[in-house]
Amino acid sequence: MTKTVTDVICPFCGTLCDDIEVVLSDDGKKILEVMNACAIGNEKFHHSQAADRPKRPRMQQPDGSYKEVSYDEAIEYTAQMFVKAKKPLMYGWSSTNCEAQSVGHEIGELCGAVVDNTATVCHGPSLIAIQDVGIPSCTLGEIKNRADRIIYWGCNPAHAHPRHMSRYSIFPRGFFTGKGQQSRKVIVVDPRPTDTSNMADYYYQVEQGRDYELLQAFRTALHGHWLPDMVAGIPKEKIYEGAEVMKSGRFGIIFFGMGVTQTLSKNHNIDAAIMLTKDLNEFSKFSIMPMRGHYNVTGSGEVLGWQFGFAYGVDLSRGFARYNPGETTSNDLLRRGEVDAVFVIASDPGAHFPISSVKKIAKLPSVAVDPHFTPTTEICKLHVPVAFVGIECGGNAYRMDNVPIDTRKVVDPPEGMLTDEQFLEKVLHRVKEIKGAA
Amino acid sequence: MAKIQLNLISGRTIQQGVAIEGGKEKPAYREACGIIELDGEDFKKLGIYRNSNVRVTSPYGTVVVKAVDATQGPHPGLGWIPMGPWANSITNPNTYSTGMPTFKGVPVEVEPAPNEPVLLGIELVQKACRAEG
Repeated sequence: MTKTVTDVICPFCGTLCDDIEVVLSDDGKKILEVMNACAIGNEKFHHSQAADRPKRPRMQQPDGSYKEVSYDEAIEYTAQMFVKAKKPLMYGWSSTNCEAQSVGHEIGELCGAVVDNTATVCHGPSLIAIQDVGIPSCTLGEIKNRADRIIYWGCNPAHAHPRHMSRYSIFPRGFFTGKGQQSRKVIVVDPRPTDTSNMADYYYQVEQGRDYELLQAFRTALHGHWLPDMVAGIPKEKIYEGAEVMKSGRFGIIFFGMGVTQTLSKNHNIDAAIMLTKDLNEFSKFSIMPMRGHYNVTGSGEVLGWQFGFAYGVDLSRGFARYNPGETTSNDLLRRGEVDAVFVIASDPGAHFPISSVKKIAKLPSVAVDPHFTPTTEICKLHVPVAFVGIECGGNAYRMDNVPIDTRKVVDPPEGMLTDEQFLEKVLHRVKEIKGAA
Repeated sequence: MAKIQLNLISGRTIQQGVAIEGGKEKPAYREACGIIELDGEDFKKLGIYRNSNVRVTSPYGTVVVKAVDATQGPHPGLGWIPMGPWANSITNPNTYSTGMPTFKGVPVEVEPAPNEPVLLGIELVQKACRAEG
């Protein structure tokens, strides 16, 4: 008889859906069916079962090809790389559990590494803005039960967080929002009409890169002050109308994404969005929340935060924690050639960093820890495949609203494969041995 | 042949999400992300058929991708390449002291490239890295 595992946590995006059901084969070894997940989550569960996934570490050969090596050799190479490097970069952390992150940070402390996570190319500017002006936020449960004004600014959850709208924002019927979608007004701001904006009551096609102006225009309009005829490609009448819609709600939420963090002005865009939220609280109750991408990028920020005081870009090379965006962040370090070894875990800078940074990784001693084949694993000197967190091992992850959720193990990893945490623990042990501290 | 100037942005699409979880070494990843979504108006200016290859060049690099009709639009003057190595071959790496490269709002030039192939993701990155070595 097949067995169904309920309440499984989906390890893909920051929405961290906790209602997935997975049907297993009679012997409990194979995933047959995945229910409730979105197309991406479904693909992740099924692809973890692929016969062609890498199962043992692979070392790059002089001709560029890869040769299988044992985990022991991989641990030795990684530990030696850390010990020899003056300033290694440890990047990634967002698709693994908090337990593994914590072990990794200990290695970082011992070896004087720079520990940076994917926020550096995602919501890093949001974190800078939060340090500048604070953040009035809430949990996704409060939004489901209370919010009647939903604003998506520079994000497209229909594609990037496919179940976000149905679980938490636009559609669910909550305690004070019994009519679901009918009890809510939705505003979308994006330079492209998107599948999310199709669901909006009010859509603003902002000129690309002019979010700052439009945010400040909304702040001006809230107080009824003068506006020029057009701001960021939007006629002023529409801005006054939008401001009224925001003011008239009982509980509003602004979700924002890469549209504001990756365009020019970056953290200043978020400053303005947070100040708009603050202003809106003079009229109603409003919150603001970043749409975090990887399922545990928030957790990485939390763990770094409680251990070192900073959420990303933590430089431990001087023996104490320093943080200075633009100096201790991955892309700046790589482009300036300030690191001499790169350790990548649970992320893919090879695909998602500008190519100038990727070229620098390819020249350095480098290790990529990832269950998949990725552009990163194919340019690093060593690829260490590991078990999938949330499918083949459990562990803690943080949802985009900073709520910690324990992920579940559904099936066993292929025989003999290590998890992120086990691999890092072995590397840590070996580093201590080499340094004579064990 | 005609060349057009566009403002380029990148980001996630659900096809990109499915493709990265399905395996970045597979051709499906190229189908999902080795593309540029153009508005109908821009196709007319460029004078090419849909689903033909184009070369996209920015001050930071150049890459060949397949030009397809905008799935979410209209957005004349704006080009869209889903996030991945193709977009990042030409994106603006300057962080202006924030740590964040300027992934959105890159001025690019698009020209027809009917005889040039779109490389696979891993192939594209490896080729760029080896050319440097």
